[in-house]
Amino acid sequence: MKITVEIQRFNPESDSKSYTRKYEVDAEPTDRLLTVLLDIKGTQDPTLGIRKSCAHGVCGSDAMVINGKERLACKTLIKDVAQGEGAVICVEPLRNLPIQRDLMVDQDKFFKNYMHVKPYFMSSEEPKEKEFRQTPDERQKFEEGTKCILCVSCYSACPVIQEVNPNFLGPAAVVQAARFNDDSRDEGFEERLLQLDYPDGIWPCESRFECTRVCPRGIKITKTINFTKRKIQQHKS
Amino acid sequence: MHEYEALIVGAGGAGLYAALEASKTGKTAVLSKLYPIRSHTGAAQGGIGAALGNIEEDKPEWHAFDTVKGGDYLTDQNAAILLSEDAIQAVYELENKGLPFSRTPDGLIDQRRFGGHTRNFGEAPVRRACYAADRTGHMILQTLYQQCIKNDVVFFDEYYVLDVVMEGQRCSGLVTLNFSTGEIHIFKAKAVLFATGGFGRMFRITSNAYANTGDGQALLVNRGVPLEDLEFYQFHPTGIRGLGILITEGVRGEGGILRNAKGERFMERYAPTLLDLAPRDMIARAIHSEIQELRGIKGDGSVDDFIHLDATHLGKEKIEAKLPDIAEFSRTYLGIDPADKPMSVHPTAHYAMGGIPTDLNGRVIFDSQGTTYEGLYAAGECACVSVHGANRLGTNSLVELIVYGRRAGQHMAQYVKGADFGIAPPDVGEPARARLAELRSQGNGPNPESLRQEMQRVMMENVGIYRNGENMAKAKNTLGEMRQVYTQIKANDPSKAFNTQVLEILELGHLLDLAYMMTACALNRQESRGAHAREDYPERDDKNWLKHTLAWLEGGKIRLDYKNVDISRWAPKPRKY
Repeated sequence: MKITVEIQRFNPESDSKSYTRKYEVDAEPTDRLLTVLLDIKGTQDPTLGIRKSCAHGVCGSDAMVINGKERLACKTLIKDVAQGEGAVICVEPLRNLPIQRDLMVDQDKFFKNYMHVKPYFMSSEEPKEKEFRQTPDERQKFEEGTKCILCVSCYSACPVIQEVNPNFLGPAAVVQAARFNDDSRDEGFEERLLQLDYPDGIWPCESRFECTRVCPRGIKITKTINFTKRKIQQHKS
Repeated sequence: MHEYEALIVGAGGAGLYAALEASKTGKTAVLSKLYPIRSHTGAAQGGIGAALGNIEEDKPEWHAFDTVKGGDYLTDQNAAILLSEDAIQAVYELENKGLPFSRTPDGLIDQRRFGGHTRNFGEAPVRRACYAADRTGHMILQTLYQQCIKNDVVFFDEYYVLDVVMEGQRCSGLVTLNFSTGEIHIFKAKAVLFATGGFGRMFRITSNAYANTGDGQALLVNRGVPLEDLEFYQFHPTGIRGLGILITEGVRGEGGILRNAKGERFMERYAPTLLDLAPRDMIARAIHSEIQELRGIKGDGSVDDFIHLDATHLGKEKIEAKLPDIAEFSRTYLGIDPADKPMSVHPTAHYAMGGIPTDLNGRVIFDSQGTTYEGLYAAGECACVSVHGANRLGTNSLVELIVYGRRAGQHMAQYVKGADFGIAPPDVGEPARARLAELRSQGNGPNPESLRQEMQRVMMENVGIYRNGENMAKAKNTLGEMRQVYTQIKANDPSKAFNTQVLEILELGHLLDLAYMMTACALNRQESRGAHAREDYPERDDKNWLKHTLAWLEGGKIRLDYKNVDISRWAPKPRKY
């Protein structure tokens, strides 16, 4: 079917501000949007800037705002976002981070916040046996956080960062901290607590669920944040 | 000019493990063209093989034998034995670093069945693959990246290597492009490791990421380094119809069954003992035959025909617990739930068994005698040590990343203590700078996108699952001509900063060089072995061809030589499953 893709463009070497360009394309309803964007790049406009890698929703390279919502372009089929002949798909870069070029944003701050929470396994002891024992139930407790691919969608969709506090750590960093805090083998909770428990840390979250709504991995982010808040409060009281 | 004792190129499993080891003694940096956690190791699904024996009896020796037989006896047996022995320690180390493996009710690392992994030298499938649901690679990549953060490993994200600084037989640094500025950065080093992954993007249907363009291999070829066993390229039996997205062998490990249009479990006819858990090369050929003989689901024998992977009998609960991502891919890209309906699949280009030849410590080799360069290492899919021989077993790619990435890193850590920095002449970046300037200069040239599509078609049709001399000879000529056309390409995008088109053109050049070399190697090998199946030479020929190929690309011409296979433990036998 014939559709129009409206892409927000910006090249720092030639543009003073962003603008929108329209591309007419012929696409199958089951095509991935990423394929369509790369087709535009390959045949109509090679200057289009876009990040990509795995093309099936596990590497997190191609998160962008599609018809107003954060999604992975490779996990979005045309029929998910365009109904019928002549439909228009609007594609913009992620929010809350500086645009580098076209659909690419500077993820530096996002990764700094991620690293800030000490997102790594900490244990003072060697396991008694070859592996640390952990029951399937204990393993299940931190399952949600292990799914995160750091695609930046939640950070982009967060209304708190956008409207209230641009220095908020953001949803992904808290999820990453929780992944270890809830792991029965890990002993880093108190160290991580210091990285979460401050005014710009975990507390700005207002449970507005936008992160949960957009997460391409289906992580219950808001729930994880609230669980972590309670865990900190319980620890302090 | 940057100066590091150890430089790692590529931030997948092999590169990150090597970085962790090398950084214990030397000033180490990792350069990666992607953000590290975007690397393709993260797409590996089903498991990592290690004879822990957590569920049932298992031995490293059985794992090594399976690897050798799976590789159709082209595997270097000393390398396979080391792989299977070190795998156990490596898996425990990963667990001890926090990797969230799936667990047995007793709290041990759980293990599942996988293709070609057997007990007691081929008797029956064994539960050897340690796994974390169907996200094993993702968890390995995350765990190693987390540990690199913990250990303050330095990263240069989105730096792209343009050239390797060689002083005779010694590597002393890299010439790189900073993607965000378009500027050239020179790195001096005592030792450099390439861990840049595979090159599935030379085929039309592939499970590989866009990033898998064989950059490390091609850059070294350009500096006179040979490549080993390039003719052996694996097609994974089960890629999502039309897209090639991987559906893990773990589905069959959990009990999934391949069926043709009549609903027959056709593997009964091809591998009566291991059935759906036979090695990948055999299953890919079986699917190809079913389709050719009009028993595919469409039934017209066309290139886009497919068969069914049936997991419906496993039930929703088991699928969601053990194969959640597969269920999600199936819903997203096939529009079905695998608990309700079978998945439509066909083979997909997946893995390069061949690559940069190395010794057991990851040092790159430059001749048939096994002589090594100084300060130059390779590990992971880009390397060929050779543990996979003519066909890799499932899970062994992750095993190789961990075992040989770790070994190479350990060797680098020792090496840099006694080595000096080489000399990087001030004009060392000039060839790369000139090439970039030429690419960015405006002008009309051939369209890189049509050239890429043509290469992918030629490779898919002529150097795929089945091959023959006539078609490959034509393909080799075509690819030779395409390499000429390639030199005329110019970027339409003159920008310096964030220029993705320039990178894609460089990547296309790498793929074309490797496609040309692979075709020449495959044409030359007049036998069928593992993944290399010749219609005109259908039998394995140990008398003439039990040897590794080494190939050089010199001024557009291919030069070939051969290297012995280590068969010190098991004498080659016919391969039956």
